[in-house]
Amino acid sequence: SMPAAGGGRAGSGPLRQRGARRPQGAPPVSALASRAPAGWRAALGLVTLLSFASRFHRLPEPPHVCWDETHFGKMGSYYINRTFFFDVHPPLGKMLIGLAGYLSGYDGTFPFQKPGDRYEQHNYMGMRGFCAFLGSCLVPFAYLTVLELSKSLPAALLTAFILIFDTGCITLSQYILLDPILMFFLMGAVLSMVKCNSCADRPFSASWWLWLSLTGVNLAGAMGVKFVGLFVVLLVGLNTIYNLWDLLGNLSLSLVMFGKHFLARVLCLILLPLTLYVAMFAVHFAVLNKSGPGDGFFSSAFQSQLIGNNLHNVSIPEHLAYGSVVTMKNLRMAGGYLHSHWHLYPEGVGARQQQVTAYLHKDLNNLWIIKKHDSDTADLLDSSSPVEFVRHGDIIRLEHKETSRNLHSHQHEAPLTRKHFQVTGYGINGTGDSNDFWRIEVVGRRAGKLIKVLRSKIRLTHVATGCILGSSGKTLPKWGWEQVEVTCTPYVKETPNSLWNFEDHINPKLPNISLDVLKPSFVEILLESHMVMIRGNSGLKPKDNEVTSKPWHWPINYQGLRFSGVNETDYRVYLLGNPVVWWLNLFTIGLYLLIAISTAVVLKRGVQLTSEHKGELSRVVLRGGGQVALGWLLHYLPFFMMGRVLYFHHYFPAMLFSSMLTGKYWMLGEGEAETRTENCAVLDGHFNSSHSFYLFHPLSYGMIGPMASDPSSPMAGLRWMDSWEF
Amino acid sequence: MGNHCEGGEVPGQTFDRMLGFLKKPVVVTAEINLSLVALTVVGLMSRLWGLSYPRAVVFDEVYYGQFVSLYMKRIFFVDDSGPPLGHMLLALGGYLGGFDGNFLWNRIGAEYSTNVPVCSLRFLPALAGALCIPLAYQILVELRFSHCAALGAALLILLENSLITQSRFMLLESILIFFILLAVLSYLKFYNLQRHSSFSGRWWFWLLLSGVACSCAVGVKYMGLFTYMLLLVIAGLHFWHMLGDQNLSNVSLVCHFLARGLTLLIIPVATYLSFFYVHLTLLYRSGPHDQIMTSAFQASLEGGLARITQGQPLEVAYGSQITLRNVLGKPMQCWLHSHTNTYPIRYENGRGSSHQQQVTCYPFKDVNNWWIVKDPGMQQLVVSNPPRPVRHGHIVQLVHGITTRYLNTHDVAAPLSPHSQEVSCYIDYNISMPAQNLWRVEIVNRESDTDVWKTILSEVRFVHVNTSAVLKLSGASLPEWGYRQLEVVGEKLSKGYHQSMVWNVEEHRYGKSQEQKEREVELHSPTRMDISKNLSFMAKFTELQWKILTLKNEDTEHKYSSSALDWITMDTNIAYWLHPTSGAQIHLLGNVCTWASANVAAVVYTCLSLWYLIRRRRKIYDIPEDAWQLWVSAGQICVGGWVVNYLPFFLMEKTLFLYHYLPALTFQILLIPIVLQHLSDHLCRSLLSKSMFSALTVAWFSSVCFAYRTFSPVTYGEPLSVAELKDLRWKDSWNILIRKQGH
Repeated sequence: SMPAAGGGRAGSGPLRQRGARRPQGAPPVSALASRAPAGWRAALGLVTLLSFASRFHRLPEPPHVCWDETHFGKMGSYYINRTFFFDVHPPLGKMLIGLAGYLSGYDGTFPFQKPGDRYEQHNYMGMRGFCAFLGSCLVPFAYLTVLELSKSLPAALLTAFILIFDTGCITLSQYILLDPILMFFLMGAVLSMVKCNSCADRPFSASWWLWLSLTGVNLAGAMGVKFVGLFVVLLVGLNTIYNLWDLLGNLSLSLVMFGKHFLARVLCLILLPLTLYVAMFAVHFAVLNKSGPGDGFFSSAFQSQLIGNNLHNVSIPEHLAYGSVVTMKNLRMAGGYLHSHWHLYPEGVGARQQQVTAYLHKDLNNLWIIKKHDSDTADLLDSSSPVEFVRHGDIIRLEHKETSRNLHSHQHEAPLTRKHFQVTGYGINGTGDSNDFWRIEVVGRRAGKLIKVLRSKIRLTHVATGCILGSSGKTLPKWGWEQVEVTCTPYVKETPNSLWNFEDHINPKLPNISLDVLKPSFVEILLESHMVMIRGNSGLKPKDNEVTSKPWHWPINYQGLRFSGVNETDYRVYLLGNPVVWWLNLFTIGLYLLIAISTAVVLKRGVQLTSEHKGELSRVVLRGGGQVALGWLLHYLPFFMMGRVLYFHHYFPAMLFSSMLTGKYWMLGEGEAETRTENCAVLDGHFNSSHSFYLFHPLSYGMIGPMASDPSSPMAGLRWMDSWEF
Repeated sequence: MGNHCEGGEVPGQTFDRMLGFLKKPVVVTAEINLSLVALTVVGLMSRLWGLSYPRAVVFDEVYYGQFVSLYMKRIFFVDDSGPPLGHMLLALGGYLGGFDGNFLWNRIGAEYSTNVPVCSLRFLPALAGALCIPLAYQILVELRFSHCAALGAALLILLENSLITQSRFMLLESILIFFILLAVLSYLKFYNLQRHSSFSGRWWFWLLLSGVACSCAVGVKYMGLFTYMLLLVIAGLHFWHMLGDQNLSNVSLVCHFLARGLTLLIIPVATYLSFFYVHLTLLYRSGPHDQIMTSAFQASLEGGLARITQGQPLEVAYGSQITLRNVLGKPMQCWLHSHTNTYPIRYENGRGSSHQQQVTCYPFKDVNNWWIVKDPGMQQLVVSNPPRPVRHGHIVQLVHGITTRYLNTHDVAAPLSPHSQEVSCYIDYNISMPAQNLWRVEIVNRESDTDVWKTILSEVRFVHVNTSAVLKLSGASLPEWGYRQLEVVGEKLSKGYHQSMVWNVEEHRYGKSQEQKEREVELHSPTRMDISKNLSFMAKFTELQWKILTLKNEDTEHKYSSSALDWITMDTNIAYWLHPTSGAQIHLLGNVCTWASANVAAVVYTCLSLWYLIRRRRKIYDIPEDAWQLWVSAGQICVGGWVVNYLPFFLMEKTLFLYHYLPALTFQILLIPIVLQHLSDHLCRSLLSKSMFSALTVAWFSSVCFAYRTFSPVTYGEPLSVAELKDLRWKDSWNILIRKQGH
């Protein structure tokens, strides 16, 4: 239940003292602010009902795959089928979608191939319903947060109605997407943080512990859905630092007590979320145990864990020896196997020798024999001779098994990366020249150590030129069968491009061991998957000739996103915020900045005000509003610095904060003399947002028929900006 | 620096005073800080000594040199690495030395020919580097630290090998650091005058100098922006404290605010603009980077496009013969093009095409780039008299000049971008595929809806009337059958404005030939024009600035590139130059001892500050209030300067080098004497511990000198034997070039 709101709010020390000095028969302003407004429960019920109604209305429409459902629905299916896949986001959101699908009887057989595919008999409502449920919760969460911050029922109601009537929020909540899940946890974290701040006068009480740990849980949830959750972690972190700083300055609090406060926060806001976050990865890896489309992104050692992968349950010799037949895999993400074939580089591309490439598929042409640089190894294969292991720092030759040519490099420029050297296959029946010698080194090892299959990261240095064997990642033209370029780079840099590991290993003279011995530990898997995710995320770069969404477009609602349908006959859904709501939000942000600055200046100048006014101003404008405005900034500004492809829907978390600011701000003067005008303005706000919702609702609930540019369309005249395309 | 001339005459006084010199002798008392003078002289010696050695291209001189040459020849260029002030200062050196610009800057290590005034080219950076030493001294004095600490700071800068190396060549970092330090110093001077003599002449002078120095720093390299922002924040904080001062009236506060706004915001912007003004005035000839710029810009340069476009008719009319250039200019500039070859019936992947005439974008001038604007309602292809101009919203047909086929698009997938429509020149095969060749002209940068389509100036979209597809350059290059030219498509889902969909008329003439044969001759003949167009300075500036900021060079790998994390520990170095025969070489390599101590100082400062802060929060005051204020303000400048000049590099995706760290390092070095003096003043309580501390400091300083001496051969490029070189390789990651011996 709602904890009684005390006089001391948000735990700020000096303000609290000021509040304590407040005479008993305080003016109506503070009296009103310190009481929980009557009727808040009924209002909560109302907004919740409206919220659910608006989100679930026409939920099954359209019965085909919309926009990113093709990704996240597919990933939900992967969980149901337990097939391993790779995605740039952490797993929680997709796991929950999968779970919702599983519980609602979806069998994971729909392929989700491309937007527009019909669902037919497949049960997709469970997944959509789950997302819509979480999306509906945003409204009551925002309502409670604003109620807690401002103690004003109209403010909370305004926020709630803004969100209920925002076409963008409705659209985003109605499909199988990560955003409703992310925003649910995000708002959950903000609500619990605000509630916890209200309990600051009763530390270590049950409700205090509850809200503190709920904050932690929600943080883990937000981080577990998308890395954007980091911004809310920052918000909570700053708030916590502020609170602790406040407590530290409170000299009546002993250091021991302060230590307890500190430890409680470490426990609930760091250790608890971290444990949950790690746990969801544990579940993720436990569920996905079958080989699937994501295998190639991960290291060989990891792949050996997946049922159905060719490395699963095989046993191979552990240490590399001369005479072994091996395949080498490049360590860059989705790097191929070192490969050669009976084809020469074409005229004009370096020396006309045999091609060496990187190839992503398993093939006999990926096999190489390890030989000593100075002697032929035919005798080594003789079973009577002793096994000689390859050691770190040895100079070796690699002979291609099928064509009997040696891996070779020389000072000709590589086919695509002109600054690197060309790598070729050279020699006849294993006899070449001194340009075939390579020094084999293990990263982070000392000389003389043995080389392990799968686990050792190998660098091959060309002895004659000092360059390093690597794969540039560029695709060769047709003459190279569109395989990946392999070069020898003269730039001595430790990048995955120039590191390799041995994957297959055949040597009849050595005892085989099971790969289970090489099983990576959970911590290693966790780190590896994060590296892969981060690299994948930064790999999502916009192309030069592509129109992309820019962060400055977002708050002005400049351009929407097409969820479904292009032509007049299609069922069209268009993600676009309710323009009245969004422009009101934008206006409020500007106004808030103005008011906050002038308030701060006035307080700093020491203008003669009653202490009552002062406390009220700094509490409402700077502290409460500041918290929300900070949330908006934290969820918006970082996008300006991101290099990856951005979409309109990235703004919605920030939009939640700006809606709360709008609700809160417009009620600032409430309770003062101009109650009536204020109320009129508020009613006007409600009316405007609901009326514009009525105008724009076809954007979310779907439209068929002529485009808005056609005067016969019901949406004609509503294209207020040329950049909107519905 | 540091010579305070006082006494003499005070200006603006009464007549009586003016005649005072009759009664008293004229006295000039000069207070000369001899240690400062000595420091400056030693600094100049360290930076200027043997400046013309080596007489060969050293490292990035190969890069900046070409721009100096272009300045000498007044040829326009675009350099995406930064604004023009730095380049101009280097060019000034060349100008003073009488350089004629004739040198081929093609390889590091190439010998300079005799016409290159090496010494004067390198003089300005070296001078700037030397002046950093007295600036460091002054900054510490203005931060109210002792003479001893100030001396220490100056000496540490003096003995920093990396700063010496970087100053002695035609590079920009030393100039950047000079302006950064100058900005900081003048702001501090201004701030210290604040209390007693607001709005005095000296107050204005230092405030103004601070603003100008900031914009100079930004003008040399965009990195200067970080320090500028830091100073703005500090100025904001100081003003915030003034707000709380009840003794100041509101009016004087407003005056203070306006003065700061003027000098720290408006004047820097104006100064920055003036750099570009000088740059654009100096470079008026067309050159190697023309094609990056828009047609309008190119037309404003002497030679190049201007030679062709000078005097073209301005308004495009029905019957005009035009070439259409894509505005994006990426991956290269190109013009809408067609030729008699058709699209292959089937592509390699099995998809079919319309088999009509190819339309591409072609990066070279060609007679096949000419198109004729035709009124769909009329047959004629010549301009009527008077010409009927084409306006925004008009429907036109575009006729390819040589083949007289119409520009067409239809619902057939484009060869490489299957989501877009194919664009072709229509051939009627009688297979119920009608011509769809009407295009609506939309002028993107129009001022009103009745605007006329203008040569060069108008940016135009062509919207297909039947399908509302937009003519767009997809950026992909066609396979062999399309001669590797660039693909042009009709974009169905046009999402707002993008430059790849916008075209402008570059060459233009009013067509006069009725017959195709005549017309072909006309198309082959060069255009003749009668008006010239000049862009305003602001338009040129905006375009050039935008190009500098958005021009992306391909990620170049470099042997000596490093990551920001390597810099703190100096795990990396850069070999600047190697003598072709002897072992003499020059490296960018810091003073190991200074770098380590600077890191320690930063850590000590942070820990101590945190400790004081927490204790103060509990109302325990370890040091007196004024000492705390000193400590904080020194940290704002030094730690703040280090942070803003270092951390942003972790977010940058460009190729990074060790020299990017030097501005941050300079601030970090300034912190060392601050921390030392603080430790000795406040933590060494007894006399014994104080003298112990002094002894330790002296020992530490001699180790700094020792490190300087040890590495000075690779700083100044003195010949070294192989054994000596091997001894210098203190870290395995350093790349010291050791020549293989014959035996």
